Amino acid sequence: MKKAFEIIDHTADIGIIAYGTDIEELFSNAALALFSLITEPESVEEKLHLDLEVSSEDRDSLLVEWLNELIYFFDAKHILFNRFDIESLTHNQLKATCYGEGFDPMKHKIKMGVKAATYHMLKLDKNSDGYKAQIILDI
Amino acid sequence: MARWQGQLIKIDDYRWKIPENYKTGMRVPGLIYASKEMLESLREEQALEQVANVAFLPGIVGYSFAMPDIHWGYGFPIGGVAAMDIKDGVVSPGGVGYDINCGVRLLRTSLSEAEVRPRINELINELFLNVPSGLGSEGKIKVSQKEMNRLMVEGAHWAVKRGLGSEEDLDVTEEGGCLGGADPSKVSDKAVKRGMPQAGTLGSGNHFLEIQVVKEIFDSHIASIMGITEIGQILILIHTGSRGFGHQVCTDHLRVMEGAVSKYGIKIPDRQLACAPIESSEGQDYLAAMACAANYAWANRQCIAHWVRESFSKVLGKSPEKLGMRQIYDVAHNIAKIEEHTIDGRKVKVCVHRKGATRAFPAGHKDIPRRYNEVGQPVLVPGDMGRCSFVAVGTQKAMDETFGSTCHGAGRVLSRGAARRGIRGADVIRELESRGIIVKAESVSSLAEEASQAYKDITEVIDVVHQAGISRKVAMAIPMGVIKG
Repeated sequence: MKKAFEIIDHTADIGIIAYGTDIEELFSNAALALFSLITEPESVEEKLHLDLEVSSEDRDSLLVEWLNELIYFFDAKHILFNRFDIESLTHNQLKATCYGEGFDPMKHKIKMGVKAATYHMLKLDKNSDGYKAQIILDI
Repeated sequence: MARWQGQLIKIDDYRWKIPENYKTGMRVPGLIYASKEMLESLREEQALEQVANVAFLPGIVGYSFAMPDIHWGYGFPIGGVAAMDIKDGVVSPGGVGYDINCGVRLLRTSLSEAEVRPRINELINELFLNVPSGLGSEGKIKVSQKEMNRLMVEGAHWAVKRGLGSEEDLDVTEEGGCLGGADPSKVSDKAVKRGMPQAGTLGSGNHFLEIQVVKEIFDSHIASIMGITEIGQILILIHTGSRGFGHQVCTDHLRVMEGAVSKYGIKIPDRQLACAPIESSEGQDYLAAMACAANYAWANRQCIAHWVRESFSKVLGKSPEKLGMRQIYDVAHNIAKIEEHTIDGRKVKVCVHRKGATRAFPAGHKDIPRRYNEVGQPVLVPGDMGRCSFVAVGTQKAMDETFGSTCHGAGRVLSRGAARRGIRGADVIRELESRGIIVKAESVSSLAEEASQAYKDITEVIDVVHQAGISRKVAMAIPMGVIKG
């Protein structure tokens, strides 16, 4: 199976490279990469779901805003997600249903507190294999 | 990572210039404070390119500065300083950073190492219980939406009004712990929701609380005015910021700035440098929201300082007054401020961005506390948990050269990933214990990220700013007990 994402180093912080055969898969894999940094995704069950809508200036910033929206739900509402169903995605708008559960200290290990997705070294490319994106996260 | 191949012109042993013609679009040259030895490792990453990129921003005056603790940030380098003329300049959230008013507060005590050493475990355990820390930590104070609106405007005053600290603490806090112009209506509901449960928490990452021992006093007169009189005296350092609240404010306004860049036709070489004219509605809205986050951070450090005093008092059975637990100072390390500076003999209002940099105003400046009028504003420079921290003061030279700014800390040399791969958290604890330093952390594995090897040697950083004359070192202290979030 093709790799969904990789984790990369950055001096003060950390980054992700996400892959996808189509743009929807790319956005979903980027979100998976984010939550794999925060916790062990296998420990998260699908107990709740949330419908999210994100809009932005263009597709690159839509990816940043999408991750920032998820970070908000983690930091403010303590929700961990492990599955993302991207229902529609245009160049500047996204609709998705996200599945996961509330943070439970007895069950979930928090590995890292991701605080923001940045525009620093942001890259979103399409090649013959599909899509690839790089995002640096502030932790 | 590619090496930085750009040109650096030596001015003297501690000053290096990136000429204005290095890149088309630079409005001013870059000026880097560093030793020759530091430059080699600096070239290993792209922080110097970021110094050049900042020089593109409209209204920048003088230089795009880098302090010796510079490392690669987002858009702006960490350790970067840039002043923009408020008439035709821009304000950039990237020039402040995500953790708005991340900063440090230093308390002195009348305790000696001999008195504290036998009780260090008890003290660290009590502090660990009494000061909420770690990921997802929630405060012991419950802040309602209404209270949050007050906190954003009043800053540290909000905490003092609730009995957490004294008026004297406010006197020795930058801006009196309350930055003007804060407008909660410019802060998103999301930021408020992230901020409410996290008020009064240390947080995670590089934030810490440290019990220190004074090891060296370089200027006994200035040190005595700060209440540092003896080698072996105990100090307490608190390092934290505006938590998820500041991050959300930055994220929200970066997004607004993205639109402003095209609206005002601003040309920037890096998206993360998104900005807006200071006098535009986007610029003013950011400054109003940033002030709310700065005030949140001051309230945060005020609460924590109070619980530190409580903890010492409980363990040692004496009141904080009897223990001499007075505040030396509190400084911001990530902030943008409207200040008046003299440029070519002319008084000019500028917006000084300090990202991973400290204000360093000289003796006699109107904005420093009366207690320090004769010696200059205290500058607090924490090192990593295995080495030491410094107390310095601002100088006239800083005022003349760097818009009254200096370094803020050690600066990373190893990425978190590289530190994790090469160092084990448990080894860090053992190694520090062998040197008499007790560490307690919410997450042991994350300790590796904060190990000494991951940071530049703070002593070299301080030597550069001292030799260059942009601050003067006063005292040095080493850690005895550390709480990491």
